Amino acid sequence: MTDAEGSLVVTDLRVEFDGFVAVGGVSFDAHPGEVRFLIGPNGAGKTTCIDAITGLSKGTGSAKLGDRELLGRPAQKIVRLGVGRTFQTASVFEKLSVLQNLDIAAGLHRSSLSLLRARKGVDPAIEEALEQTGLSKELETPAGILSHGQKQWLEIAMLLVQDAKLLLLDEPVAGMSHDERTATGELLGRVAETRAVVVVEHDMDFMRRFATRVTVLHQGRVLSEGSVAHVQADPKVQEVYLGTVVALPDGPGETQGKEAH
Amino acid sequence: MTKLKPWLPLIGIGVFALLLLVVAPLVLSPHWINNLGKYCTLAIAAVGIGLAWGRGGMLVMGQGVFFGLGAYSMAMHLTLETAGPDSLPIFMILYDPLAALPAFWEPFRSEAFTIAAILLLPVIVASILGYALFKRRVKGAYFAILTQALAVALAVLISSTIRETGGDTGLSDFKYFFGFVLEDEGNKVMVFAIAASLLILSLLAVWQLNRSRFGELLVATRDAEERVRFLGYDPANIKLVAFVVAAVMASIGGAMFVPIVGIITPAEIGASASILMIAGVALGGRASLFGPALGAMAIGWGQSSLGSSWPSGWIYILGLVFILVTLFLPLGLSSLLGRAKDLVWRPRATPLATTSDEVTK
Repeated sequence: MTDAEGSLVVTDLRVEFDGFVAVGGVSFDAHPGEVRFLIGPNGAGKTTCIDAITGLSKGTGSAKLGDRELLGRPAQKIVRLGVGRTFQTASVFEKLSVLQNLDIAAGLHRSSLSLLRARKGVDPAIEEALEQTGLSKELETPAGILSHGQKQWLEIAMLLVQDAKLLLLDEPVAGMSHDERTATGELLGRVAETRAVVVVEHDMDFMRRFATRVTVLHQGRVLSEGSVAHVQADPKVQEVYLGTVVALPDGPGETQGKEAH
Repeated sequence: MTKLKPWLPLIGIGVFALLLLVVAPLVLSPHWINNLGKYCTLAIAAVGIGLAWGRGGMLVMGQGVFFGLGAYSMAMHLTLETAGPDSLPIFMILYDPLAALPAFWEPFRSEAFTIAAILLLPVIVASILGYALFKRRVKGAYFAILTQALAVALAVLISSTIRETGGDTGLSDFKYFFGFVLEDEGNKVMVFAIAASLLILSLLAVWQLNRSRFGELLVATRDAEERVRFLGYDPANIKLVAFVVAAVMASIGGAMFVPIVGIITPAEIGASASILMIAGVALGGRASLFGPALGAMAIGWGQSSLGSSWPSGWIYILGLVFILVTLFLPLGLSSLLGRAKDLVWRPRATPLATTSDEVTK
């Protein structure tokens, strides 16, 4: 793999909370063109990894986007370097319209003075993101009354218009119907053509269908890494997931357990 | 109708300006013009509170500090102007015939310095205070209590420095306003017109801020500060701008309060005065454009009419109104308009749509 500009390389990432080691030396990478899945049982440290990379939690080690170190910078600076993330619970600005949500996301590279002017028309980037996520008809809808799935897509659209090089998605299909999952997976595939995408997910079926590569975490460490087939054949993974995989049906609509932070 | 809609607030401001600047001087007695001027100065501060609290979610409970900065800057200048060149204010001579003018009074002899102080002092104080608080992510009740404590502290400081600031008696008996004799009826109308114009300007400024991208960002920060951070903005900077703008408006309101009312005392800038400003904004509707201004004017009017004719009852009425509004109209009286509209045109509007409509208006 090359060290291209949009590649995320995480090396020996450690996160501790008051002596409790949540992530104990995790290394993985993600490159433009792939949908990298981070999976693992509850408490494996998947979300904590994302939190550390995006500046929400303090971590040691290294997380580089291209040749720039992310760890130690304030969250908003990391975003400006091209790292976008979503959260387990869809967090859009409920009182604002879809357009306003996207306009704010698209605005991070605007000058401060231009903020004092009112918005005129719709940015081409916003139109494109609306089309990609199928939200074109909801332009003026307050984000608060969108369906759950639409909120998640709006969040992804916000990452697209902010021109993130790396997308970190925390359980993007939790609570979605089967059709919505398929649509989301296909969307991620399109998005990943020019960007690196990292998905934290519980849903094994979703992972099998849309992952290009998988990193399995267990108790804060990397257990296994590789293609879907490779990971599924790994006896260590089968041991950790014994019961879990069987218990998670592949069918649509099951509610996902929330991962403990 | 839809094409007109974005400009409705502007038309509203125009009508309001017409009422204040043309109709009011024609129909009101000099006494009521003066009172209306006082309400205008309170409304200027309230418009700023509407921006910081209604749009920005910062419960600014100590706007008396900034109101006081503007008021005392103006009052010191008017006191010196009344005393004449090279003379001391009378209250200082009364305390100590041999007293020298304190160093911080001296520059307020200058008109230009006074105007600069009214505009820049709140910027400096609010910037330092806001930077320290917002960068440390102080918010909610802690922010409210802290600002409130500052208002108390400033009032106590002024009360306890009788020789320098006039203490509890305050500063009063101003004869001139930038060369104009304040006794003169025509000049009184002029001072009123200045206050009313500044109120109109404040409304225009907040209208533009609300419809700008900054306004959208401010609402977004109010509703989900962390999300804004993960879109690449520093919420502290966004809040700081709104806080500083609100502080400048409070200062301008305070500055115009002085020539109109003719006296400024620590009681006008302390805790209860600051809370009264908040009460007006809450009553009118903190997130709307006109709500804060009209609410503040209504409270001001109640204060000077009912408050003087029936002081014991007024306090209870004020308390009752406040409780009723908080319970049944959390977004203030202006939200009644939106509700009425929904009843007439969209009888089946969902409650969620109603609230978002009110806030983004």
